Amino acid sequence: MLLLRRPALRQRVLGLLLSSTALFITAAAADVGDEWPMATGDYANTRYSSLAEIDTSNVQRLVEIARRPTGAERGHEAAPLVIGDRLYLITPWPNDVLAFDLRRADLPLAWRYAPAPDAAAQGVACCDVVSRGLGYAQGLVIVATLDAQAIAVDAATGTERWRTPLGDFRSGETITMAPTIVGDLALIGNSGGEFGVRGWLKALDVASGAVRWEAYSTGPDRDVRLGPAFRPFYASDRGIDLGVRTWPGDAWQHGGGNVWGFLAYDPALDLVFHGTANPGPWNPDQRPGDNKWTSGVFARRPATGEAVWFYQWSPHDLHDYDGVNENVLVELPIGGALRAVLLHPDRNGYLYVLDRATGQVLSADPFVEINTSRGVDLASGRLLYDDAKTPRSGEMTRDICPASPGAKDWQPAAWSPRTRLLYLPHQQLCQDARTYPASHVPGTPFLGATVVMEGSREGRGRFTAWDPVARRIAWQRRERFPVWSGALATAGDLVFYATMDGEFKALDAHDGELLWSHRLHAGSVGQPVAYRAPDGHEYIAILAGVGGWAGNVVAGDLDRRDGSGGGGFVAAMRDLPAPSDRRGALYVFGLPR
Amino acid sequence: MKRRLLLAGLLLSGCERDPWYLPASSARLANDGGSAVAMANPYTRDAQAIAEGKRLFRWYNCAGCHAAGGGGMGVALMDERWRYGADDRAIYASIVDGRPNGMPAFGARLSEDQAWRLAAYVRTMNGGPNLAVAPSRADDLRASEPEARREPRAASDD
Repeated sequence: MLLLRRPALRQRVLGLLLSSTALFITAAAADVGDEWPMATGDYANTRYSSLAEIDTSNVQRLVEIARRPTGAERGHEAAPLVIGDRLYLITPWPNDVLAFDLRRADLPLAWRYAPAPDAAAQGVACCDVVSRGLGYAQGLVIVATLDAQAIAVDAATGTERWRTPLGDFRSGETITMAPTIVGDLALIGNSGGEFGVRGWLKALDVASGAVRWEAYSTGPDRDVRLGPAFRPFYASDRGIDLGVRTWPGDAWQHGGGNVWGFLAYDPALDLVFHGTANPGPWNPDQRPGDNKWTSGVFARRPATGEAVWFYQWSPHDLHDYDGVNENVLVELPIGGALRAVLLHPDRNGYLYVLDRATGQVLSADPFVEINTSRGVDLASGRLLYDDAKTPRSGEMTRDICPASPGAKDWQPAAWSPRTRLLYLPHQQLCQDARTYPASHVPGTPFLGATVVMEGSREGRGRFTAWDPVARRIAWQRRERFPVWSGALATAGDLVFYATMDGEFKALDAHDGELLWSHRLHAGSVGQPVAYRAPDGHEYIAILAGVGGWAGNVVAGDLDRRDGSGGGGFVAAMRDLPAPSDRRGALYVFGLPR
Repeated sequence: MKRRLLLAGLLLSGCERDPWYLPASSARLANDGGSAVAMANPYTRDAQAIAEGKRLFRWYNCAGCHAAGGGGMGVALMDERWRYGADDRAIYASIVDGRPNGMPAFGARLSEDQAWRLAAYVRTMNGGPNLAVAPSRADDLRASEPEARREPRAASDD
């Protein structure tokens, strides 16, 4: 319904109704499943497509329809957007935006826009120079660049409309997230937790680029936008200026809590949900206290940014467990009633089910092997740390599970309302860590920790179907490398994901049986999407180009002899093959005609 | 830049200074390279200064980007590839002035002496030119061979 207000689609639907395929299309024409209008597919972050032309009976025949180079190298983590008869994508730095014409099978380029972000921003991107996608509203493509600018580009022509600097990359502030559009606002947050950058989320007017509000993740209540409406469920989140008082001195000013994950929005509650990343520095001895409001989740009013509730997944985070993983909004039968919940697979290893109106934790169950904590106390909401795995300055802590990228990092899950399973691309890694005092030098890493990760040779990657009602794994597949791509679920009862060694796979959503696999020219850390092209048929698209934190050993040409390289990930990724062609590409798959 | 010009001026004039503060001298330069290189690192053969450079490498958060030489946000320093050159002057300039693809300029934060010590340590990260003066143990979690046990660099680079 929302999308039909957009002229491009309305025109297209009208055209289709008048064509000979009208009968076939009409039923689905009003369905948002035709397009992929935001990186997450929908506001609920389900990444579920209602298209079912490609299904378990014919997916074996899926073929590569088009392959278009992006012109960039390194980790291609973005989700393509599909609006009307165009597909839009953003590359890693230099963040070029490409628009392809879907009316022709060979996907000719409609336009290319180069925002030309500063090259020096590459030096402060913690985990490869990635972008996770674009936003779209009012005929504008909303772009966030690595050097912390927001830009609007005319979707029809690729012409720049406005440009708003949002941060100072020379202090370590970057943007890697996909802008989220709610109403007439574009919501964009910063990255830079590894530089002690203070986290924020800003709301920009889509038409003008003017900043309407900004909400910080640390500091006084007015900066965090905590007011009379703020009613957190747990007592430990109540009090004045906790964003200052749960830190030593002025440590909150370089305390991280960045906002770089995917946002969710519930129109009925009028709440936006966003996570906050790790506190800085990594060395926890330098920041005694809960370090509010890092490694948690906020529910905010989109119009004003006011917080309504907050919950902290990892108070006083010990292991770089960012809290920015996606929140998938679903309705579940719990305790005999249908409840509006959010599902959150956290880096700390627990699959949380929260009442999304109040922030109450209904359940929290491990989905990997965990030894850093012994569970979540549902009465207080507290994560129960195991002291044996608490890093102490100057000491070595061995066999910390999960490792810093967590049980699951940014790679987004998918939900199928047909199987009622949550599909998690993730990893099982442990690490050794040694911490030491870090000096805060703006624009340089603020870590105070050396870590070396380790995963089993049989498989560091997992693709897990989680049943949130039964609170257990329904089925699971192992992969050699962390599954660093997103997941996609479709009404054809298929789930898709890609591997870092270059296989794009389709599984039966019910039991995980591998039904189709396609060799890509390079590893993929992209987000698969589904759409219906103007020809009336379903297509699946994904970007290939290996990188990201897990793939930086290849993308950044790191030396594999140093296991502490790439934030300690090199030790677990020494055997990642480097593709002969490092350039990224867009792949489109469909059924042969 | 001003700092470097001043240093170059001092070197050209050949004035001797307290070695702790400004240990380079024109005589030493002539003996070491015999080339037209404006600046050679006085600490290239000084194990103590190199150990100090290794400490500074962590203190100024160099390790946060370059790890123990394997790289990360910054390039690897233990391999054979030097984007801006492997000689003392190039490494010193990278540290003090920064580089366009993300290496920040540390000139305002470091003394010249510290920058030379750092540069001397950086040259040991891929083994050479002088294995004997490279650090032989890791002060940290050991994730790679210590510098003194890495492959020495080709002698022509010295």
